[in-house]
Amino acid sequence: MVTVNGEEKDAAGKTVAEYVESAGFNVARVVVEINEAIVPKGRYAETVLRDGDSVEIVCFMGGG
Amino acid sequence: MTPDRETFHAALVARHGLERQARFDAARVAVCGLGGLGSNVAIALARAGVGRLHLIDFDRVEPSNLNRQQYFASQVGMTKADALRENIAAINPYCEVVAETLRIDPGKVRSLLAGDDIVCEAFDRAEAKAMLVSEVMEAFPDKPIVAASGMAGLESANRIATKRVSRRLYLCGDFVADVNDGLGLYGARVLVCAAHQATMVLRLIAGETEA
Repeated sequence: MVTVNGEEKDAAGKTVAEYVESAGFNVARVVVEINEAIVPKGRYAETVLRDGDSVEIVCFMGGG
Repeated sequence: MTPDRETFHAALVARHGLERQARFDAARVAVCGLGGLGSNVAIALARAGVGRLHLIDFDRVEPSNLNRQQYFASQVGMTKADALRENIAAINPYCEVVAETLRIDPGKVRSLLAGDDIVCEAFDRAEAKAMLVSEVMEAFPDKPIVAASGMAGLESANRIATKRVSRRLYLCGDFVADVNDGLGLYGARVLVCAAHQATMVLRLIAGETEA
């Protein structure tokens, strides 16, 4: 299992790009960290989530 | 009459204490985006006596900004960087301000923000927010970043909070309200979010790392 924003998800084996899209986030609006390390925006398609990973996804809202 | 530097500084020390003010004096904070969030954050930091502010925005002051941004009607048409430098000089003439009119492209982040201790993300577009936060975290392994998400509309101000997402990423806002949902932007509520950001920046300078 992968912990995403504090919740257990069956996401191991998916790439960051696949998971972000399947969870309904707009990929252009997110920041993703895996085990406290930032995932560069250009590497979402090649970064695979592994069992035991702790993932934070921040999806930004517009306005300022 | 403008107080001289020593008098001005003594007044800050009287409010904040010598040790904490020394930290504020020595700090350099980047404010990226000088709209409703950034202009209010920058002024709060200048009033607290933060020594150096690095202000960045590509835009000019427009009439539609005046409901929430720290500009005067007479400044419409000026670049926001120049207008805010002027307004900060009137509030705290001893705050060192580097104000730049430019668009922060992904490739620029590393050289542009290298000299800043803390980065405050204060853009308005969600995509630009995500780009900046991601690029700053990639370029600088330890630099704290204080970002904002969700301050549109007129839901209760009590929903706006500061959250420590991870070791050095802080997020202020209600995290759900999006300006693109037609909620509008109200100065008072944007100011609450900006105040959360400015408070977190001051806490970090003071050595406090919890939200």
